[in-house]
Amino acid sequence: MLVNIILNEKKISADVEPDLLLIDFVREQGCLSVKRGCETSNCGLCTVFLEDRPVLSCSVLAVRADGKRVTTLEGLKEEAEEFGAFIADQGAEQCGFCNPGFVMNALALFRENPDPSEEEIREYLAGNLCRCSGYEGQLRGIQAYLEWKKSNRV
Amino acid sequence: MKTVGKPVRKKDAMQLLTGQPVYTEDIAPAGCLVVKLLRSPHASALIKSIRKDIALKVPGIEAIYTWEDIPKGQRRFTLAGQTYPEASPYDRLLLDRRVRYVGDPVAIVAGADEKSVDKALSLIRVEYQVEEPVLDFHKAKDNPILVHPEEDWESLCPVGADHKRNLCAHDETSEGDIEQVLSECDIVLDRVYHTKACQQTMMETFRTFCTIDPYGRLHVVSSTQIVFHCRRIIANALNIPKSMVRVSKPRIGGGFGAKQTSVSEIYPAFVTWKTKKPSKIIFSREESMTASTPRHEMEMHVRLGAMKDGRIRGIDLYTLSNTGAYGEHGPTTVGLSGHKSIPLYGKSEAFRFVSDVVYTNVMSAGAYRGYGATQGLFAVESAVNELAAVLKRDPFSLREQNMVREGDVMPAYYGQVNSSCALDRCLSRVREMIGWEEKYPARDMGNGKIRSVGMGMAMQGSGISNVDVGSATLKLGDEGHYQLIIGAADMGTGCDTILAQIAAEVLECEIEEITVFGADTDASPYDSGSYASSTTYITGKAVEDCALKLRRQICALGASLLGCGADQTEFDGKSVTRTGGGEAVTLQEIAAASMCGNEIPLQETVTHSSPISPPPFMTGAAEIEVDTGTGEVKVLNYAAVVDCGTPINPNLARVQAEGGILQGIGMTLTENITYDEKGRVLQNSLMQYKIPTRLDIGHIQVEFENSYEKAGPFGAKSIGEVVINTPLPAITDAIFNATGLRFRELPVTPEQIAMGYAQKKE
Repeated sequence: MLVNIILNEKKISADVEPDLLLIDFVREQGCLSVKRGCETSNCGLCTVFLEDRPVLSCSVLAVRADGKRVTTLEGLKEEAEEFGAFIADQGAEQCGFCNPGFVMNALALFRENPDPSEEEIREYLAGNLCRCSGYEGQLRGIQAYLEWKKSNRV
Repeated sequence: MKTVGKPVRKKDAMQLLTGQPVYTEDIAPAGCLVVKLLRSPHASALIKSIRKDIALKVPGIEAIYTWEDIPKGQRRFTLAGQTYPEASPYDRLLLDRRVRYVGDPVAIVAGADEKSVDKALSLIRVEYQVEEPVLDFHKAKDNPILVHPEEDWESLCPVGADHKRNLCAHDETSEGDIEQVLSECDIVLDRVYHTKACQQTMMETFRTFCTIDPYGRLHVVSSTQIVFHCRRIIANALNIPKSMVRVSKPRIGGGFGAKQTSVSEIYPAFVTWKTKKPSKIIFSREESMTASTPRHEMEMHVRLGAMKDGRIRGIDLYTLSNTGAYGEHGPTTVGLSGHKSIPLYGKSEAFRFVSDVVYTNVMSAGAYRGYGATQGLFAVESAVNELAAVLKRDPFSLREQNMVREGDVMPAYYGQVNSSCALDRCLSRVREMIGWEEKYPARDMGNGKIRSVGMGMAMQGSGISNVDVGSATLKLGDEGHYQLIIGAADMGTGCDTILAQIAAEVLECEIEEITVFGADTDASPYDSGSYASSTTYITGKAVEDCALKLRRQICALGASLLGCGADQTEFDGKSVTRTGGGEAVTLQEIAAASMCGNEIPLQETVTHSSPISPPPFMTGAAEIEVDTGTGEVKVLNYAAVVDCGTPINPNLARVQAEGGILQGIGMTLTENITYDEKGRVLQNSLMQYKIPTRLDIGHIQVEFENSYEKAGPFGAKSIGEVVINTPLPAITDAIFNATGLRFRELPVTPEQIAMGYAQKKE
């Protein structure tokens, strides 16, 4: 099937199998930040934006994205670097394999809710598993980033 | 100190956080053959026949291999990443006619893409002679049904193994007369504890790709903690010279011990060696949950003898360990269940530790953070908590009275002297942090919820004494930058950065001036690999010594430029100066001079091993809330204080501790492994196997109380493993304090608590 997908602001026309998953499509297109950690929509590693909303790309068919905008971490380099630095300052990136999905979903949170409470952070990111960090360092990093954002806004 | 002890960023942090393609699958060449495995649906069976002719007709299929393609007389081997000769028995073949658990590989299929391989997998026709499996590990020893009846089974080390008895290992050690001492005790607690085959659940599953290099050798790129052991294992499995194999690792998406066993490497290695084409294998999550290398299930029988005044006089421990279908890490993990739990109670007069490791027809176990100590500490620390309850003593004060202290000889820890230990300070600080005084034992919140606290202590080792080898190569390059080359594996732990910090401290330079390369069997100096909590302590010391040697070489070349003796020079990290005089040459000038008409090498390699394995220590305490109606337990707060010697990088040490603690919490409350009557693992996805999410934990607070270990680099010991151990006894004791229910099997589920509590109220 022919699909037209705007991937990271670049228009791509491709002939895809009807059962091709979005995660495999974007990886084929070189967006290798997108990771697969399970086959059951439990881990959050494969998070991408579909029309600016976070979705699990392992649970979306590529054809579903026809005519739509898909964004991966490759398309959010500046934002990722700005926020990522605060995670790095905690050492909470650890093995890094869950980072792209986690960073994507954190950025989605900040867009939706620029001043989230601790509970809101936990709930929004509950679907992003991490086995290394125990989440505590990620939380510290997020809170430090939000503080910095706040002080920059003033 | 300028760099050591500073919370510097991990060298690869921003690459990882921006999603750069640095992992095995990301860098596998396009056009790799896709390799998948056909796995046994039976726990025990002999393959009567395999038809692959139809499957081979699927377009795109390159090759299908079965046990008939393995040369007759091929020696068995182990997948355990251990120093040769391995304690783990040689009990595997690449493909065997006998399958020993549900998931054991039956055929290797290689094809152009996933679809063709999946199709071929479904078209292979296997006829099995199904046999009765051994599924209950209590009944395995001396069972007439043998998991390994074959005559070519081998045990390379004297570990008490006997495959004709389903025994992977047996050991007995003791000091003093335990029966006499226990008979004199006022109280002898006799308890049995049980832990399951928990999964490491690193986010990146097992994966490997292979190519043939320009010399016709096999190049294996894999997500592994053990490049050098991996080289040996692959050569053994393929029956080819070790010189024909090169193993390197890219970034690793988590290991926790899982990747100390060569779970995935041998299959694409075989395919590429046979076809001379690149190939890759990516384990699905289901395969990682059902055909991998989880923690050894253990049952521990503790007899703890004490006097009414609280004095612990003797510990008698029997551990029964379930290694599953193959013996990877079986003989070694069990040892830690006693040798890293009993020594915490240094004043006891006698101990005995007996262990059996048995084969059964379930998934083979392996190495998982804590490596047997986790299981043993759950048993011993829980027994001590039970003793405190019986004696109506505060668990902290009972530890104060009995615990091991700096300078004590530890008979159950191979007679080693406790050379550095701040456990006493860890204990008193945790007590404050958790607010024990106000919260112990429990408070009824009046809404069906009870809050309570519990605690536990832990120790581990720092490397394997007289076995583990760590090496470092340092060289000075253009413009005065350094390159550090290691064979240890950074699996997210940050060892590339930590080792660079050690080098930077000695060389008096910025950490940015040191690049790190590792690990690659062709290029790295030999290192056992990153496991057994060895990298900071063993390889770190090699780095420190190596940097000192390189300093001397820099001075030697500087001296020759200055026209004086090396002993008349000083090096401050920037230039070599003639002692007392003003003449100096900069590091850049020395680096340039080293590349022109020079015979003084500015490259050093140091190899290090340690005769001792200094234990890191830790105390942890949990505050939990139990919902007495639903049985749900939430950990509101976990306070922990770690003595890892000098924390080289406090940020990375803290995150290691936080992550390890949450894994321990998962093991205590949610991570379960059960089998159906056919021996199938029921928790085969992240849907059923529940690792904690960020909603499942309140806060984890970690602090450090440093001792100084003279044998370690800048006083450092290890941290990676000790941190997983305390939640098990701490949380189960907190559950007891809240409900009066004593759980000795993990995980403790809400059902068990709710039912038990309801029953108790009746």
